[in-house]
Amino acid sequence: MVDLKRPLAELAAGVRSGKLSAVELTQASLDRIEATTEYHTVLELNPHALEQARAIDARVKKGENLPLAGLPFAAKDNYLTAGTHTTASSHILEPFRAPYVSPVVQRLLDAGAVMVAKANLDAFAHGTSTENSDFGPSKNPYDPTRVPGGSSGGSAAAVSLGQVAFAIGSDTGGSIRQPAALCGVVGLKPTYGLSPRTGVVAMASSTDVMGPLTNSVEDASLVLDVMAGPHPSDATTIERDTGSYHVQSGSLKGLKIGLIKEYLGEGLDPGSKQHLLGVIPQLEAAGAVIEEVSVPATKLALAAYYVLVPAEVSSNLARYDGIRFGHSSPTATNLEETFRLSREEGFGAEAKRRIMIGTYVLSSGYYDAYYKRAQKVRTKLIAEFEAAFKKYDLLLGPTSPSPAFPIGSKSQDPIALYLEDVMTVAVNLVGIPAISIPLAKVRDLPVGLQLMAPQRAERQLLAAAHAAEAVIGDWSAR
Amino acid sequence: MSKIGTTEIERIAKLARIGLSHEETAKMSVEIGNILEFVEQLQSVDVSDTAPTDQVTGLQDVWREDVVQPSMPREQILANVPEQKDGYIVVKRVLNG
Repeated sequence: MVDLKRPLAELAAGVRSGKLSAVELTQASLDRIEATTEYHTVLELNPHALEQARAIDARVKKGENLPLAGLPFAAKDNYLTAGTHTTASSHILEPFRAPYVSPVVQRLLDAGAVMVAKANLDAFAHGTSTENSDFGPSKNPYDPTRVPGGSSGGSAAAVSLGQVAFAIGSDTGGSIRQPAALCGVVGLKPTYGLSPRTGVVAMASSTDVMGPLTNSVEDASLVLDVMAGPHPSDATTIERDTGSYHVQSGSLKGLKIGLIKEYLGEGLDPGSKQHLLGVIPQLEAAGAVIEEVSVPATKLALAAYYVLVPAEVSSNLARYDGIRFGHSSPTATNLEETFRLSREEGFGAEAKRRIMIGTYVLSSGYYDAYYKRAQKVRTKLIAEFEAAFKKYDLLLGPTSPSPAFPIGSKSQDPIALYLEDVMTVAVNLVGIPAISIPLAKVRDLPVGLQLMAPQRAERQLLAAAHAAEAVIGDWSAR
Repeated sequence: MSKIGTTEIERIAKLARIGLSHEETAKMSVEIGNILEFVEQLQSVDVSDTAPTDQVTGLQDVWREDVVQPSMPREQILANVPEQKDGYIVVKRVLNG
């Protein structure tokens, strides 16, 4: 059976040369998903996957040069896709069938990839563990009693388990990077606007960004190269590099890297800290110049995030009204009840909580004290990152405070779950790209290292991450 | 003592058009109170000279050609509508008669 953890470039080249086929890879993916269903990574299989794989094989035969030829992937279930449901792991979208395909998914399909499954997530991507999924949590591949992280937890675990060749997720405050770290895979959050948000169930429109979860930095760069680029349907998309994002080698020589001091404080697990500090001399030996840097506003980033994001969430989730699509309460007797009961019955606890916080901070009399103030703190944060990037090419830190925690251990405490994102949210508020790569095992569980770059510097980020990955070597033995 | 009482929670729930049970309302009062307490740290920062952020990538005046594009087929849109009649969306009565 084909090992889907092989490099994507190698698998796709195999399909293009006829040594492998899209059908063979897709079948391997479906078999592997079937053999490991207990991790609950997948909400729905694409019933047309094999048929689509056959179409890819036919395109390859015709001589089409497809960069992702035959690669089976999972899309987080907040991507609008054809032939399957799109639930965003929420009851309110259970009846929904997407009327169009998200541009990111379409680009992957056009490049020859095969969508095999829709991956589990925290409902509406609200969470850091997938425990907020209305359809039950996914399990961590390294310990099924623990969470895979979130919100793209199903995507991260699916890649880690070798169920798919790669997966796509969305990152609003760490939702690609944190689960990647907890599942021992690579997660890339691009610059805000580099990939279109159209056709992805909106969470917080000023920070949502789409990115890949893969087994290696090179894989992530190959997928990004297909995902990236402006789209007429999303006016916030930015121009992409004219060259390819595909990175096959990299160097740390002469790079100035700032290690963010605020991320090394008491919130960081001592085991994670030891491994992070342990790799610094090795990165330096490879040519990087690493110094500690203070970015004080990062301490306020989470508080700002939990004002701004619920505000945007409450606006974006206002569209679920029980009238045009999604769950509609059968017991409503008037229009007002249609709104109120459909939302009461269809939204889970966390979505309700965020809608409530957002409505509160945007409501008359509180707007200035919360929302506007948080946007001002965001300005300070942006200025501090800009200042740091004047001195450093890249910034470095841990991805998450600790390795994966037991399922249920934090579910009664929303703030404990919010704190999981304390090292990732600043990047989203500032709009810069960042990548999490596997660093080591702490108590037999993966932890990640996070590299951050200035806006639009994906190529530099990926090249440095490629080199750092080589320095780390076999992370699972560290 | 929570920062936000159940009466306030009920007011916000009404604004958000979201039904909450008595149990949920009580729980929200505690949880949202805790979250508001957590974000209270934002009040400690001096932002008197700082402008709020509007957007982060510096894009300005994103234009497109003003040309008619085909819209999605009507049937496809209506396929997701919970209740419809003769191609129209049916809603419950607005006023209780």
